[in-house]
Amino acid sequence: MTLEAITFWALGAVLLASALMVVLTKNLFHSVLYLALSLTSTAGVFLALDAEFLAFIQLLLYAVGVTTIAVIAILVTERLVGARITQTSRHIVTGLIVSGALLAAVLGFLRGVPLPIERPPLAVDVTRAIGQVLLTEFVLPFELLAVLLLVGLLGALYFARPDE
Amino acid sequence: MGLGAYLTLAAALFAIGLFGVITRRNTIGILLGIELMLNAVNINLVAFARFNADVVGMIFTVFTICITVAEVALGLAITILIFRIRRTVVADHLDLLKG
Repeated sequence: MTLEAITFWALGAVLLASALMVVLTKNLFHSVLYLALSLTSTAGVFLALDAEFLAFIQLLLYAVGVTTIAVIAILVTERLVGARITQTSRHIVTGLIVSGALLAAVLGFLRGVPLPIERPPLAVDVTRAIGQVLLTEFVLPFELLAVLLLVGLLGALYFARPDE
Repeated sequence: MGLGAYLTLAAALFAIGLFGVITRRNTIGILLGIELMLNAVNINLVAFARFNADVVGMIFTVFTICITVAEVALGLAITILIFRIRRTVVADHLDLLKG
């Protein structure tokens, strides 16, 4: 077994186990912590795919940012100490059927398609290439993204403002 | 590892996220499930980009990550607002629009 295969299986096991804990654990706060773990291991998957820049974006924005926002939302809407934090699940059979059917459909489709086994060698430095393409070919979507983030920030502030 | 292994991993992650979205009662729990699903899509994008040696897929991933973070911030702000008005974030109790 090569080092790449070991890395992939280890990361995949951690990723899927923590994702399962996110949807199965009773404690909502633990759920968010497991989400942080699964987002971090996704950054590891990005590293395994030679996308260092994306791995660090994932860590900075997702694993730290989203987790912090989610913890703050829980703090505001639930009581961290005491029994209020527990959450229950419903429609478990429906959820199992729907997600299992979706997984079976996607896996059945993947089995029928020829997929590349070997990854082609990278001609350029990925981070440098991302920066160059982002600021030349994709500069308009990039600027629109900045506007979107500003609007999202202002909207979130407006929604969560204190009562007058 | 081939492309199929990464796509299988992402499909499993997506199915787990979908299960969470369907079964969770708490709005924040539903949002966490949506996070998992979007994460699976990101893995797919990066895997296809790497196996085609094309950085455009990675640039799409930059966009999706940023949009997802904005979406989560807004979604949780709406959750806080709903809690302030209805004093609950359980999705089953938020049935104002039900006829």
